[in-house]
Amino acid sequence: MSRAGIRRTYGAISGAVLVFIVLPLVVIVWVSFFANRILAFPASGYTLDWYARALDTDAFRDGFVTSVETALFATAASLTLGVPASLGLVRGRFPGRDAVQALLLAPMVVPGIVGGAALFIAFIEVEALLDIQVAGTLGGLLVAHTLIALPWTIRLVSASLASADRAIEEAAASLGADPLTVLRRVTLPAIRPAIVAAALFSFVISFIDLEKSIFLVGPGRTTLQIALVNYLEWNLDGTVAAVAAVQILIVGTALLVSDRYARLAQAF
Amino acid sequence: MSTTVALRSLIKRYGSFTAVDDITLDVPEGQLVALLGPSGCGKTTTLRMIGGFVEADAGSILIGGRDVTRLPPAKRNIGFGFQSYALFPHMSIAQNVAFGLEMRRLPRAEIASRVARALDRVRLSAMADRLPKQLSGGQQQRVSLARALVIEPSVLLLDEPLSNLDAQLRGEMKLEIRQIQKAMGITTIFVTHDQDEALSIADRIVVMRAGRIEQDGSPEAVFGAPRSRFVAEFMGVTNLLPGTVEGPGTFRLADGNAIRVPVAGAGRGATVLAIRPERVRITPSGADTAPDTLDAEIEAATYRGLAVEYRLRTPSGLCLTARRATPATGGPAMLEPGARVHVAVPPDACHFVPVEL
Repeated sequence: MSRAGIRRTYGAISGAVLVFIVLPLVVIVWVSFFANRILAFPASGYTLDWYARALDTDAFRDGFVTSVETALFATAASLTLGVPASLGLVRGRFPGRDAVQALLLAPMVVPGIVGGAALFIAFIEVEALLDIQVAGTLGGLLVAHTLIALPWTIRLVSASLASADRAIEEAAASLGADPLTVLRRVTLPAIRPAIVAAALFSFVISFIDLEKSIFLVGPGRTTLQIALVNYLEWNLDGTVAAVAAVQILIVGTALLVSDRYARLAQAF
Repeated sequence: MSTTVALRSLIKRYGSFTAVDDITLDVPEGQLVALLGPSGCGKTTTLRMIGGFVEADAGSILIGGRDVTRLPPAKRNIGFGFQSYALFPHMSIAQNVAFGLEMRRLPRAEIASRVARALDRVRLSAMADRLPKQLSGGQQQRVSLARALVIEPSVLLLDEPLSNLDAQLRGEMKLEIRQIQKAMGITTIFVTHDQDEALSIADRIVVMRAGRIEQDGSPEAVFGAPRSRFVAEFMGVTNLLPGTVEGPGTFRLADGNAIRVPVAGAGRGATVLAIRPERVRITPSGADTAPDTLDAEIEAATYRGLAVEYRLRTPSGLCLTARRATPATGGPAMLEPGARVHVAVPPDACHFVPVEL
């Protein structure tokens, strides 16, 4: 095949993949404006009613609040734990470093449903041992979401630290800065884009989690994703599409913003 | 002159590899010393030990008479110039230069005036509010110099400061570093793998090899009288001919040919004759057949701009290189490969280095 031919084929395949990825999102947003009583084509008319309905539904409103609160906590916790952990992993030399790194990244490779079940069982064991309730509590949910976010934070921050020029830290030290000042004035500002990206990514990854949460929410507490699944069990109307469209907007914005700070592709 | 930096039996090992092997060195105040050697010779490790970024396994480092061997870099009062310049990317040029003064908790007004003076010295006052990435490589290098010098360090340590610049800029920067160093009278240790750089900038050259000092002397001494085969080769001596000194003034090459050498070389026995290629004189055969010449054939000629380099081979198989200034326009043309020539070596161009086992 000629060079131009290869390029054209490559372009066509890339385009097809892009359409394949984006099309469902476009369709969901589009459908959320359909006036049909049941999600179906073609549109019998257009309306904003489903958005009003979604807002009126307690399960979605409460779920949204719980999800945002949980995601904010998970973000804060994963940064608090993940940034120092990354510093230790990238800058430190200690026995078992690779093992610790693998362990911290593990939640990313374990299927969510397996991780959720494992956490649930672990919580029950802890309850049996210590006689305190963990499973079904807000605390348990927050721990789980921190675990979801932590590997992403470590991945992004470590990658940025590893590629940062260590000489700037040495330069600061040679100019009289003690290690804490070097960290505060030079190292952290240098990896700030990665920290911002990690925060946004942590938020998103916690916000969209379903599999782990489904094991760990207590009675009367649902996240938005669980509320959606529950609703879908009995209904198939535009409300679901409207909620989905709002989520797409939130997550998409977060990803676009974080991509501006750190090219996500570079973290892998 | 008092000693500013003193290294005492400095040793650094990485596993079974000894990067710096028992280095002892005294650098007097105001001197510019070049640590010169190929990569892996320990020059950068030595510099980084003086800077405090690498911990010495044994020995001690004194700066201004104070033992700093176990002190962190921040407590050593050094100025360090990094190969990558290492400017703080998120700070303006002025903030970069001010950093060391802020760490010393100087009053704001004094910081401002010293930063202004430092930037003025490197002719970058107009760039004070720019970010490092908006500056060219040469400008970044000058900022890094200003930042290191503004704190008035006891010693300036420069790690291959010119290696990231293009040839023309390197020349300018070399002059600028030398001029600032002289003007401030600051003791400077400069690491480089480039012999030209070391020769043209340093008061003194310390040639390193495999973690040890191979030769320590003035540029003239290191260039003109290399003490070993290694230093000779590093200084661009391409002709290293093993042989034996036979009585006063005669050197018998391995192939049986003889070369006239200075009488001072007598009594050496087996040795190696070192001759710089630019001191090897060649004349086309057929002209006068002077005594003390070797016959050879030109194997290859390489045009080098100002000079032409010839690879020569004698009938007995001896290889030599000669470098001749490029003929001026209208002068005799470049000699072609295959041409037969007489090779003459003036006795004062001959220098001996020990045979290495």
